[in-house]
Amino acid sequence: MSYKGKFRVWRGEGGEGRLEDFTVEVNEGEVVLDVIHRLQATQAPDLAVRWNCKAGKCGSCSMEINGKPRLGCMTRMSTFTEDETITVTPMRTFPVIKDLVTDVSFNYQKAREVPSFTPPKDVKPGEYRMQQIDVERSQEFRKCIECFMCNNVCHVIRDHEENKTHFAGPRFLMRIAELDMHPYDVADRKDSAQEEHGLGYCNITKCCTEVCPEHIKITDNALIPMKERVVDRKYDPLVWLGNKIFRR
Amino acid sequence: MERHEYDVVVIGAGGAGLRAAIEARQQGKRTAIVCKSLFGKAHTVMAEGGAAAAMGNVNSDDNWMVHFRDTMRGGKFLNNWRMAELHAKEAPDRVWELEAWGALFDRTKDGKISQRNFGGHEYPRLAHVGDRTGLEMIRTLQQRVVALQQEDFEVHGDYEAYIKVFAECTVTRLLKDGDAISGAFAYWRETGKFIVFDAPAVVLATGGIGKSFVVTSNSWEYTGDGHALALLAGAQLINMEFIQFHPTGMVWPPSVRGILVTESVRGDGGVLRNSEGRRFMFDYIPDVFKDKYATTEEEGDRWYTDQANNRRPPELLPRDEVARAINSEVKAGRGSPQGGVFLDVSSRLPAAEIIKRLPSMHHQFKELADVDITAEPMQVGPTCHYVMGGVEVDADTAAASVPGLFAAGEVSGGMHGSNRLGGNSLSDLLVFGRRAGAGAAAYVDSLGGRRPQVTGVEEAHAEAVAPLERQGGENPYEVHHELQRTMNDLVGIIRKENEVAEALQVVEKLKERATNTTAPGGKIYNPGWHLAIDLRNMLLVSECVAKAALLRQESRGGHTRDDYPAMEPEWRRRLLVCSAKPDGSEVQVVEKTQVSMRADLITLFDRAELSKYLTEEELAEYDAAAKELS
Repeated sequence: MSYKGKFRVWRGEGGEGRLEDFTVEVNEGEVVLDVIHRLQATQAPDLAVRWNCKAGKCGSCSMEINGKPRLGCMTRMSTFTEDETITVTPMRTFPVIKDLVTDVSFNYQKAREVPSFTPPKDVKPGEYRMQQIDVERSQEFRKCIECFMCNNVCHVIRDHEENKTHFAGPRFLMRIAELDMHPYDVADRKDSAQEEHGLGYCNITKCCTEVCPEHIKITDNALIPMKERVVDRKYDPLVWLGNKIFRR
Repeated sequence: MERHEYDVVVIGAGGAGLRAAIEARQQGKRTAIVCKSLFGKAHTVMAEGGAAAAMGNVNSDDNWMVHFRDTMRGGKFLNNWRMAELHAKEAPDRVWELEAWGALFDRTKDGKISQRNFGGHEYPRLAHVGDRTGLEMIRTLQQRVVALQQEDFEVHGDYEAYIKVFAECTVTRLLKDGDAISGAFAYWRETGKFIVFDAPAVVLATGGIGKSFVVTSNSWEYTGDGHALALLAGAQLINMEFIQFHPTGMVWPPSVRGILVTESVRGDGGVLRNSEGRRFMFDYIPDVFKDKYATTEEEGDRWYTDQANNRRPPELLPRDEVARAINSEVKAGRGSPQGGVFLDVSSRLPAAEIIKRLPSMHHQFKELADVDITAEPMQVGPTCHYVMGGVEVDADTAAASVPGLFAAGEVSGGMHGSNRLGGNSLSDLLVFGRRAGAGAAAYVDSLGGRRPQVTGVEEAHAEAVAPLERQGGENPYEVHHELQRTMNDLVGIIRKENEVAEALQVVEKLKERATNTTAPGGKIYNPGWHLAIDLRNMLLVSECVAKAALLRQESRGGHTRDDYPAMEPEWRRRLLVCSAKPDGSEVQVVEKTQVSMRADLITLFDRAELSKYLTEEELAEYDAAAKELS
């Protein structure tokens, strides 16, 4: 049941690196991360890879497998042929620290720029009452395991480093949508989504949705509805009039 | 060397660590969170079922006293009863607090937090979000930390003025000044550079020890770091012989062996069957639980819709009972093709309902095993899941015996006795995480501005770099694999004197070999080096587990002795306490008497039930207490 698989793995640090070839045992039922671990244990003890749960729940082992962003722990070896060479590289949008490990601090900075959940001041813990149907929309987005593959694949930053300062990426635009749809959130997030977090840069190519290992419909259920909310606000004649009259 | 001053350093960023850090910061303390992984990846994300809290949203008969009783029963009365009391009383507030920080739990029809059934809990009690409750908890706490950082930014212009996360940073030693904690020594995984934390209070929240076993639901982080750091700093561990083997881990394919299958599958109606199609759990209801569990399939099935008039199905016995039963069925040759038993929900619920209630299980089996759980049964078997033992702490403040050292969550011991109920872990993290943060803050205040001096940095540095500097030593991965096999085979779910003794000899040899491992490569993100350092912790903790397991001559909860199969009332009062020398060379185990339960708590139980657990002497105490209160 086992065979010798051919792997090409990115090795390197400090801006330097190259693809290195390995021949390594592959057993029935294994995933790519198992094979990377076998390389560590038998051939390359210092091969760097992030991982934690090995069950698709923590979003640590994001990598690009044959050029596609994937979780190493959820990519089964049986999806490849035995004579296929499998190329494993780090996520391209973030700077490489070493081998398959990238510096994902961009994502944590962006997380901090999104204003937090803002409940009404007069509701005390234990008093929250919400219907299941009302929490489900945001619950879908809270399934996010922060693998950051949506941000990795989004061409707004994948191909344009300069956009990183003013674009939160699908992950955090979805976070804004999640809060906006939270039944108890009272903060106004529509203007800032557009003006500070770069919602307008998204031209709904749905690359983020395609790579999401949690199958969250990021574009259809978060980004497009958020865009509609922004547009409603901007062109709603009543809002426009209200702004004119009551502007302080 | 990089050096930082803090009031409180929290080691670990799972539920307990984050809740402790939030509390310390809310009490005005400058707080560091140091964690081995990225922020938000801790093992808590893997918790599936829910957080147990007697809110009474689904069944209004529930209250803290019922929860307390269930917890003590689950732990076979070995629990630190004060911890079990605080836990049962405070869990609802801790869950509601999460909601005010943005958590979105599943709802009841009247809009409250929904609660689900779980093993050992008398009423539906687990607040949950599908089967990804741990993720919701970690994200909510993570986002609460960010919210506090945003507040600090508003006031001080610096997000990290009062709370900072040191991610991918591993602590290798606690530093002391005389008897008291003065800080911690760590390395950055990313660069291999060292870092000294100068802090009078340290909260350990490092989780468990599962990586000492082959078949485990635990991630690589679970190397017993906090357990070992506490021992080396002079603190004590209790109950280390009690390890929970979760009854339902995946068994196939081999690469996912051990990955958890949530107990919610059974809570929501799933049943266990052997190769003959028999619901075998009916054959394994122990005497102490005889009157609480259904004796026929019909009654068990009725219970899901009518709990007032029926008893629960035995699939929902506490985890230790179910794990042993599965083990016995497989040994008797009635297992599934790949060496487990069948867990079937497909014949019990409509497919759409399964996908709604158990989305991540559906996903996990589909992606990893090619099994559609809405159409066919799963194969499952026991997996090393949780260690009940840990740092001996004061229940109210989470303080260990070393001044300035605190512990919360899985790394602490006592709360769960000899066996933890499902769902009690997530609530434990919140209740005692908060108490540890508060305890640490109060301790810092009590010092009145005095700061213990950091010492021992050079020794810690020398210890950490040794595997990199040694030439021609052994591959650390080999030593690790041998330890895992040894613990799994010889100190696993069923134990025998000669096997445990053999394991101790192997561990002794492995300790020798671990001091001679070499990690090729540089300091930058070098997993071989990291493992070589972690080995010290895993070996020390394994020694504690094996030594305590050898001494306890009875079977109770997560400790089953083939040669002493009965539960002995005399042993209930005895706690085994481990300590070690500062160099970790020798683990000592001594017996300590468990403190008697407070009168108002012990009288929450029937005498008839207690008589199954307590000695005659203790029953006399009970009678006296009952008389006094009546």
